[in-house]
Amino acid sequence: MLIKRPSDIRPSEITDREIYRARRRFLQGAPAALAAAALPGLFSTPALAAQKLPGAGKSPYSTREPATPYKEVTTYNNFYEFGTDKADPARAARTLITRPWTVTIEGEVKKPGTHGIEELLRLAPLEERVYRLRCVEGWSMVIPWTGFSLSEVIRRAEPTGNARYVEFVSLHDPRQMPGQRSGVLDWPYVEGLRLDEAMHPLTLLAFGLYGEALPQQNGAPLRLVVPWKYGFKSAKSIVKIRLVEKPPVSAWMRAAPGEYGFFSNVNPAVDHPRWSQARERRIGEFLKRPTLPFNGYGDQVAQLYAGMDLKKYF
Amino acid sequence: MLFLACLIPLGRLMWLGFDGGLGANPIEFITRSSGTWTLTFLLITLGITPLRRLSGWQWPLRLRRMLGLYAFFYACLHFTTYLWLDQFFDFSSIYQDIFKRPFITIGFASFLLLIPLALTSTQAMMRRLGGRNWQRLHRLVYLIAAGGVVHYWWLVKKDVTQPAIYAAVLALLLGYRLWFRLTGGAKHHPKS
Repeated sequence: MLIKRPSDIRPSEITDREIYRARRRFLQGAPAALAAAALPGLFSTPALAAQKLPGAGKSPYSTREPATPYKEVTTYNNFYEFGTDKADPARAARTLITRPWTVTIEGEVKKPGTHGIEELLRLAPLEERVYRLRCVEGWSMVIPWTGFSLSEVIRRAEPTGNARYVEFVSLHDPRQMPGQRSGVLDWPYVEGLRLDEAMHPLTLLAFGLYGEALPQQNGAPLRLVVPWKYGFKSAKSIVKIRLVEKPPVSAWMRAAPGEYGFFSNVNPAVDHPRWSQARERRIGEFLKRPTLPFNGYGDQVAQLYAGMDLKKYF
Repeated sequence: MLFLACLIPLGRLMWLGFDGGLGANPIEFITRSSGTWTLTFLLITLGITPLRRLSGWQWPLRLRRMLGLYAFFYACLHFTTYLWLDQFFDFSSIYQDIFKRPFITIGFASFLLLIPLALTSTQAMMRRLGGRNWQRLHRLVYLIAAGGVVHYWWLVKKDVTQPAIYAAVLALLLGYRLWFRLTGGAKHHPKS
């Protein structure tokens, strides 16, 4: 008896896995997108949070230490715009709308301008940079970021001879950022770097982590990552980059000038006035480990501070 | 019943521990939780006298010793967590913490002061000390509770909402005592 074999499906007819996934994401995101369109300021599309970033090249600046798991990186966050508990941002940051998004570059530059996030993403090739992150509170993580050196952006804006510092301003919108309804910090969040620090190749403008677009609670859609400084120096959800002559006053300097200095380089020899900085707990580890000067990036950045008294300029 | 209810915070910590629910930094979680429960039990203990005076009930008084000992129990858990899980018996670092960091100094001092109160909580010790001396010694609890709240206040980075709540409740409880003393109390004796 002849059993008829069903005709094989030609490989070309099989839906590509990525297209299938993208379609799923689109369908899953569609109701939220509709809601977001109907009620701007209330919802963002969760689909965007899981958006994959195009293949990022490896970087010689990456550490080979094991990365902190995705779950910890995205549920243990200091992002006071969404509450002061470290579990708050993962719960509350869904209200942050990250598309459309623009960043204004202004001040002491020859080419000021406002750039859309998609335009910025295409400005330079994306790299994966696995960096240590040391929080001023005494814990640390290892995070695979995706982005490129901030210098790519600043260079193109052509700083004038007067530019000596760079100020970063984060989004200020209490409708999207419920934590801003409290006066815990003076909003918006402001941070600053010296121009040479900002131009240092290690200083990263990050758009993603673990190969995906940044989750909202990690500072979407773009943030700074300055791995040799305490975490709070790495401003999140940036809307303005301003080149200036005078050192900017950061939000934390304004809140507690005796506790948070302009430089805030990781330094085990200079304690926070209320706790020690000599050791840190790497998230996921039991025993504390010694904290390294400049968070272990001394070879690359120590010369930026040659001759400076780091106890005075903390 | 109440004895078991007071173990719920501990049970919750153990449950979360087995369940992986203590978050990214379990040691910090346990330290915070045992610390706030110590404060909570201290405040509940301090609430007994006002409750008795306002309601006229006598029965809460019988629970006071147990509640106070639970405050000491959670304080021990808090201190052990610090000593063992957080510092891992690194005594030079603990020594520095205690003498260089005011929030730890005051927390440690409050813990030390709790010890004699726990040791003299038995009937036999009460008799040996005599009611008056015993009461005098146990007034230390006002200082201890205030020290505990300051310990919490100085520890937070910026948002003092939580310690402020404990401070407000403590102020209310101590304020009531002051008011009771100043107004003579007698007029307000419960009808019982």
